[in-house]
Amino acid sequence: MFDRLASPTRFAAFAARAQGWVAGGAVLLILVGLYFAFFASPPDYQQGEAVRIMYIHVPSAWMALFAYGFVALMSAVGLIWRHPLAHVLATAAAPVGAAFTFVCLVTGSLWGKPMWGAWWVWDARLTSVLILFFIYLGYIALVGAFDEPTRGDRAGAILALVGAVNVPIIKFSVDWWNTLHQPASVMKLSGPAIDTAMLIPLLLMAAGFTALFFALLLVRARAELLARRVRALRLIEARGAAGAAEVRV
Amino acid sequence: MSGFFAMGGYAAYVWPAYALALIVLGGIALASVRSLRAREAEVRALEAARPRRQRPER
Repeated sequence: MFDRLASPTRFAAFAARAQGWVAGGAVLLILVGLYFAFFASPPDYQQGEAVRIMYIHVPSAWMALFAYGFVALMSAVGLIWRHPLAHVLATAAAPVGAAFTFVCLVTGSLWGKPMWGAWWVWDARLTSVLILFFIYLGYIALVGAFDEPTRGDRAGAILALVGAVNVPIIKFSVDWWNTLHQPASVMKLSGPAIDTAMLIPLLLMAAGFTALFFALLLVRARAELLARRVRALRLIEARGAAGAAEVRV
Repeated sequence: MSGFFAMGGYAAYVWPAYALALIVLGGIALASVRSLRAREAEVRALEAARPRRQRPER
């Protein structure tokens, strides 16, 4: 299946067919998730209604890391097997990951103010996620900085792989350093330490955000493939015009 | 209902958080679809401008 989809033309056709279904699934999951987040889950016994910020903050944090893992994996595939589609997918995913990281940072700030009394603290988790956001921005700028897309692909892929060291730092920052941000309560070996009524909206929103990531990935990858085709067609046109001018002279 | 919107006194934090997520994620979705439409139009225009050459099979 992956061999078949590795052809950019076949991938574009598959993406065009799949994007509507994936986007529809995302909207459905998020709407059901929002219902549970606001109407079918209790206020926290300590945090009151402010706990509802969790249902976007935590899933967007997961997506920030998932998207970065995807960018790094595609970058590795692109560098090792020199497959252009892998680079296209990495380039398409990065802005989506940056958007989730931004949502995570701002909603965290809006949650931190009433709970910790501060919009921002230089805690290990917060700082490492801020660095993740800057790595995303650096990656996007670097890929776009070359006239020749293949050179931008390679430079960006190397940056993405170097930046991947930040991912385990983010994950374990709450265990390695004694910081203000609380440690994991869902993704832990002993099982989730969170009430089922709160786990349901959290997982629904996470599933919805994952579907949204893939829907946006398909749309953006198609756009990126077409952008590269536009560039190739313009080059042929320019060469054709130059050739015609030579003939005329 | 006004109790719901008050969010137990945390309305000033809960609603901006959801509004921001909607703006950022909705914004990137809109921008992605628009960019796809623009690229599709560009490719169509460029391929139409090459009359003598057969169009590549899709």
